[in-house]
Amino acid sequence: MDILRRLAMEQMRIDLPRFRPGDTVRVHVKIRETEEKERIQVFEGVVISRKGSGLSETFTVRKISYGVGVERIFPVHSPRIEKVELTQEGRHNRSKLYYLRGLRGKAMRQKIRSRS
Amino acid sequence: MSNISGMMGRKVGMTQVFSDEGQMVPVTVLEVGPCTVLQKKIADRDGYNAVQLGFCKRPWSRINLPQQGHMKKAGLASGFRHVREIRVDDPDAFEVGQVITLKDVEVRQLVDVVGTTKGRGFAGTVKRHGFSRGPMGHGSKHHRAVGSTGMSATPSRVIKGKKMPGRMGGDRCTIKNYLVIDVRPEENIILVKGGVPGAVNQMVHVRFK
Repeated sequence: MDILRRLAMEQMRIDLPRFRPGDTVRVHVKIRETEEKERIQVFEGVVISRKGSGLSETFTVRKISYGVGVERIFPVHSPRIEKVELTQEGRHNRSKLYYLRGLRGKAMRQKIRSRS
Repeated sequence: MSNISGMMGRKVGMTQVFSDEGQMVPVTVLEVGPCTVLQKKIADRDGYNAVQLGFCKRPWSRINLPQQGHMKKAGLASGFRHVREIRVDDPDAFEVGQVITLKDVEVRQLVDVVGTTKGRGFAGTVKRHGFSRGPMGHGSKHHRAVGSTGMSATPSRVIKGKKMPGRMGGDRCTIKNYLVIDVRPEENIILVKGGVPGAVNQMVHVRFK
């Protein structure tokens, strides 16, 4: 068991900020277009869940793009993530904010307002 | 370096690692070696060429006297739990008492792993042979039963080899062409893609190609 834990620790990232469901983040994702070319795309939205533990932990980011809700799931420790910026800390009263999917516009904004 | 076609190891467990492309790869961690050469088998004397390897150290008090006597011939400080022979072309390339680690083995792309599958006891046909089960409700009374075992008055016997319930698992199982994801000779660890037959801590035999 010790070896397995050590293998996981080696790959875990400690450079990312601590963020929780309800926070607004900008995720900088490395995208490989061809063999050589690599660029960075930013995905900004609200974290609506963090799932799993250790190396296999993932988080879901939701944003409204041209009126359509878009969600992306990232592995927290993925090397494809360049960095994560925490832009706004949100107030939350549960660990999974799936109910935001049913909300639009102002109602959604009020639900994720900043922690004071 | 002396090349050996196989080594003994222990299944440590499964985990996931990120590949170079950033994708999660399921891997099984195997602790392979160090194996110690206990005896050489030479064609002139024994009829075939092989080396006898010991793996997984354990104190003399845990080993019976006939085995102790055999292992002490190699001049070792402690005994081994597992002993196995591995065919080699040239046994003279090895010395009795020589320790073989992953360092003596080149990093190769594909390996075979031989293990013993988990014992499942007396298993029914649904688990053992993948039969479909009957409906569970609506008064069916035919849940996981075997069903028909054959025809009627002709031939009025059950055909040989009919799949039926019985002992399942605990068999030697070879799975070929595992992709090696990582090799760490200093830790005696090898990472192969996918699952390996058998339970955790069980001995496995890794064949290099």
